[in-house]
Amino acid sequence: MDKIAGKRDTSLSRFHQASWNEPIIYELSVPGERGVLVPQVSEKAAAEVGDGVSSLPACMRREKAPDLPEIGQPQLARHYNHLAQENLGVDSNIDIGQGTCTMKYSPKVNDRLASCPKVAGMHPLQPEATAQGILEVIHRLGGLFREISGLDCSSIQPGGGAHGILAMASIVRAYWEAKGEERDTIITTFFSHPADAAAPIVKGYKAIVLPPDEEGLPDIEAFKAALNEHTAAIFMTNPEDTGIFNRRIREFTRLAREAGALCCYDQANANGLLGITRTAEAGFDLSFFNLHKTFSSPHGCGGPAVGIVTCRRELRDYMPVPLVEHSPERGYYLDFNLPHTCGKVKSFWGVAPVAVRAYAWIMSLGAEGLREVSRVAILNNNYCMKKILAIKGASISFPEHKPRIEQARYSWQKLKEDTGFGTADVTRRIPDYGTHYWSSHEPWVIPEPFTIEPSESYSKADIDTYCDILASIARECYEEPEVIRGAPHNSTVHHISHDFFDDPERWVLSWRNYRQKYTGYFQPRKK
Amino acid sequence: MKVGFLVNPIAGMGGGVALKGTDGAETLRRARELGAVPRAFERAALALEAASPLSPDVTFLACGGGMGAELLRKWGLPFEVVYTPPFPDTSSEDTRRAVWAMRGAGAALLLFAGGDGTARDVCAALEGGAAGERTSLPVIGVPAGVKIHSAVYGITPRRSGQLLRKFMAGQVRDYTQAEVMDIDEEAFREGRVDARLYGYLTVPRDRSCLQDRKSGGMPVDSYDRTAIGAWVAKEMRPGRLYLVGSGSTTQAVMDALRLSGTLLGVDAVKDRRLMGSDLTERQLLELVEPGNTTLIVTATGGQGHLLGRGNQQLSPAVLRAVGPGNIMVIATPEKLNGLFLRPLRVDTGDAELDRALCGYAAVVTGWSRRQMHRVAC
Repeated sequence: MDKIAGKRDTSLSRFHQASWNEPIIYELSVPGERGVLVPQVSEKAAAEVGDGVSSLPACMRREKAPDLPEIGQPQLARHYNHLAQENLGVDSNIDIGQGTCTMKYSPKVNDRLASCPKVAGMHPLQPEATAQGILEVIHRLGGLFREISGLDCSSIQPGGGAHGILAMASIVRAYWEAKGEERDTIITTFFSHPADAAAPIVKGYKAIVLPPDEEGLPDIEAFKAALNEHTAAIFMTNPEDTGIFNRRIREFTRLAREAGALCCYDQANANGLLGITRTAEAGFDLSFFNLHKTFSSPHGCGGPAVGIVTCRRELRDYMPVPLVEHSPERGYYLDFNLPHTCGKVKSFWGVAPVAVRAYAWIMSLGAEGLREVSRVAILNNNYCMKKILAIKGASISFPEHKPRIEQARYSWQKLKEDTGFGTADVTRRIPDYGTHYWSSHEPWVIPEPFTIEPSESYSKADIDTYCDILASIARECYEEPEVIRGAPHNSTVHHISHDFFDDPERWVLSWRNYRQKYTGYFQPRKK
Repeated sequence: MKVGFLVNPIAGMGGGVALKGTDGAETLRRARELGAVPRAFERAALALEAASPLSPDVTFLACGGGMGAELLRKWGLPFEVVYTPPFPDTSSEDTRRAVWAMRGAGAALLLFAGGDGTARDVCAALEGGAAGERTSLPVIGVPAGVKIHSAVYGITPRRSGQLLRKFMAGQVRDYTQAEVMDIDEEAFREGRVDARLYGYLTVPRDRSCLQDRKSGGMPVDSYDRTAIGAWVAKEMRPGRLYLVGSGSTTQAVMDALRLSGTLLGVDAVKDRRLMGSDLTERQLLELVEPGNTTLIVTATGGQGHLLGRGNQQLSPAVLRAVGPGNIMVIATPEKLNGLFLRPLRVDTGDAELDRALCGYAAVVTGWSRRQMHRVAC
């Protein structure tokens, strides 16, 4: 074995993306085919319960059988394995290139807890008396976030990060309406998440975006110029996606408070802050955290997710309903009695499996463990930064501002100047190494950007491997341009045309829609 | 399919001999004295190479001799000559005449190699002399000149060629208006940058090939312009006078109001009615209602000038009458972010007024959206 291993160069993966012309499962359906043959009902059982259907109330009986695919077990297993092979996810690659997404290992045991029948079998309309267990988990989780944020109340109703921001904007709106003040503007920052401007606009606010100063921090003089009696709230991400922590954050909240505005903290990038700094001490009234990303539910798959919202006691009345509360008399219950509530921001009261995973993860680590998570995430990031900055052609945004917290935004500007290849070219080449990376949120003010976030899950060897891949691609740009020009060589998708995004005629919103417009891989159907 | 192909043979000659441009016969003479050699052919050839293989149904419409035909002959590409310059030393007049001839012969697109001076000539030819009239003939510039400030050029000659290939393959589906900028070469030689916006040319919308495309994702300049125009039009107050400055972003305000304005001039609007078009300084002074007027301006690409470049009719007297607090700045995120960490600039010619205009502007960048940006003089 040692002999063979000695001959093999495993420093960089060789990879070829799987490609199956796999139909959707309904197209594999064959009438009458079955995966499980249910035994006939015994005579004794039939005598007891009849046909098993007619005893149900009429309103609960289906008029016709559900339209489900009919398929055998081997065909089913093959189908999902094919789909899984086409996937590139956190369990199949070193996923640190998806910066700002806090890709990390989510312990499988937490998945088992979340998918056990006691959780998965729950119905959101169950009476609360029969849902005491999950309500207790949510209530306890709220208690943990009161510690993590330093604020007093929480809601897990928002179903994602942007949704958490929307919930905060809804609370801000309800607050000012109740006060009878017409404040119509919010202020956010350039490197805050785009939803920090977009969600308040959805709630009818005008957004003002602050530019960064030379150091990469939000320009405080611009803030002073923008702040006035019309400012309803500030929405700030910290650290921003540059990985820079705003050390003047309390100055911002102080000025905002003096102008009478509420302060909303986007803590989606909190993976490097746990147990180190809190919302309350930064002077904020509201904040949200992503239970996905940091707290043991995977990010980047479109859900399920939770953007838990926390607030000061004075703002409890404006929170979404219901809140999960507890009293000795009632046990755990849903409190709808909030006089000025912003209403619901989502059906029911939160995504239960995500809450279970987050609760299990936090409890398994404890307070010291959470702090250790952040310390390792910061250490990993700064180690990774040192490795990347040693690569020819790579640089970092706002270089005078080091170290960074949990991620960093880099630039291939020098590479582009030297070779003509930039971040889009690296994006095309990196799948050949069995991994991927992400550039930046819009707009790309950092030229040829890329964002790397090596969270606490990754070993030194993982980080070394990923940086070796980037170094190898940079070398190819300088020395083997033809390799880059033709990349990717081992992927199923070649150049991606972003022009598709601009043309509604070419959008497809469902598989059926795709089949109507295209054949093969985005080959337009002839009309 | 007919594709116009034009090479400005003298483009770029001044660069290598530190003349900062090659506009005008005297500069060309000096460049030659200093040993300058033509380089536009070489760069145009790179574009043709990247565009190959050409589809069989493509024929080039070319200019005789050094303005393109020689190169196409060398490459064995099909072409017909639609214009021949009368003298060996070509001029900007030849560029304009060649473009007219190509448009007349039914060109579907014009590929030209040159610099900002060439782009200006192409722009002037396609506008037919009428200020503000926009053309629909798309162009692709091959960067071959000394000054490449205009947004009509490929990132490299090869990228220009790749974009031509996409066009010929029917893969270009969307177009946009790109700024044609140029600086006064004489002023530049004396150390002063005096940039002007000369107009707009239609170019294929392609982030990967054309320069001045800073981002690679969804936001599109024309969508942003439309959003800004709609927002500003919605926010207009009854009874108030609005002066709409020059530029394609301010033009979007006029489009939202369904009024025909001038692209490079200042128009006046009140209660959604056009009160005056392409106004002079004197006309503006007669119209302005102090305290009841808002001036809407945008920034020029590149240098980010709000005032003092291409809108001199907005004189210090006009600006004082409007009042510094009544100036609304609008700009697409793409243009504003192109200035990243650099301020917007004012240069009205009145130092005291310039200082009063400095500070921060809340620039309208979209629907219900503004971005603070530093203003300096």
